Amino acid sequence: MDDFRAQVESQRPYLLRYASLQIRDRHSAEDVVQEALLAALAGEAGFAGRSNLRTWLTGILKHKIVDAIRRSSRDAAVAADGDEFEALFDERGHWVDAPAAWADPDASLGQKQFFAALEDCLARLPAKTAQAFTLREHLGLDTGEICKELGVTATHCWVLLYRARMALRECLATNWFRK
Amino acid sequence: MLSCKEVTRLVSQGLDRRLGFGERLRLRLHLAICDGCANFRRQMLFLRKAMARLADFESPEDS
Repeated sequence: MDDFRAQVESQRPYLLRYASLQIRDRHSAEDVVQEALLAALAGEAGFAGRSNLRTWLTGILKHKIVDAIRRSSRDAAVAADGDEFEALFDERGHWVDAPAAWADPDASLGQKQFFAALEDCLARLPAKTAQAFTLREHLGLDTGEICKELGVTATHCWVLLYRARMALRECLATNWFRK
Repeated sequence: MLSCKEVTRLVSQGLDRRLGFGERLRLRLHLAICDGCANFRRQMLFLRKAMARLADFESPEDS
């Protein structure tokens, strides 16, 4: 029993790092991890027979993150446009500097440094944009669910996801693929 | 003819909702002749793949 507690506790640094990717505020991230660890200890029976403790804990943490984002975003407002990328296009809407192909991007997926660069790029996004994007692409929610979680319309949701993708593409092109 | 700017929005939305027939047709016509937008689309698909694997970032020795 105490052995299980110690094993769960040893995963705290990993879980905090994971939560921090999606919840910007350090204290909120710590709270979410604490909630997840308590839930895990209370639900030890649910772990019986599973081989990987970290995977099981991460699954619990994901649910706690979604709950936390849902709570925190009720009152946060969102701007409606997506026009901060205006400068990438000329007056007829053509690329000023068209995207060049990235060299062997799939090779990057095997590199730890690539994911560190991706995390850095995610950390530069405005909080709500990053939340919408991670809910969609990492936690796999559909747009309808994200709108509900974040309390925004479908159109706002698409704008948030568009912004995230545009900004991440620029960031990776500059900092990783070095267009 | 869609502009590149409109194409970026449609490509992004195409990852979040089912595009209409006309949208898909105009998108395909543009992508067939515009290398910049074709690269953009490939990069969006790559981004999705990368995000799905983000959880694996931690190296085994940390466990």
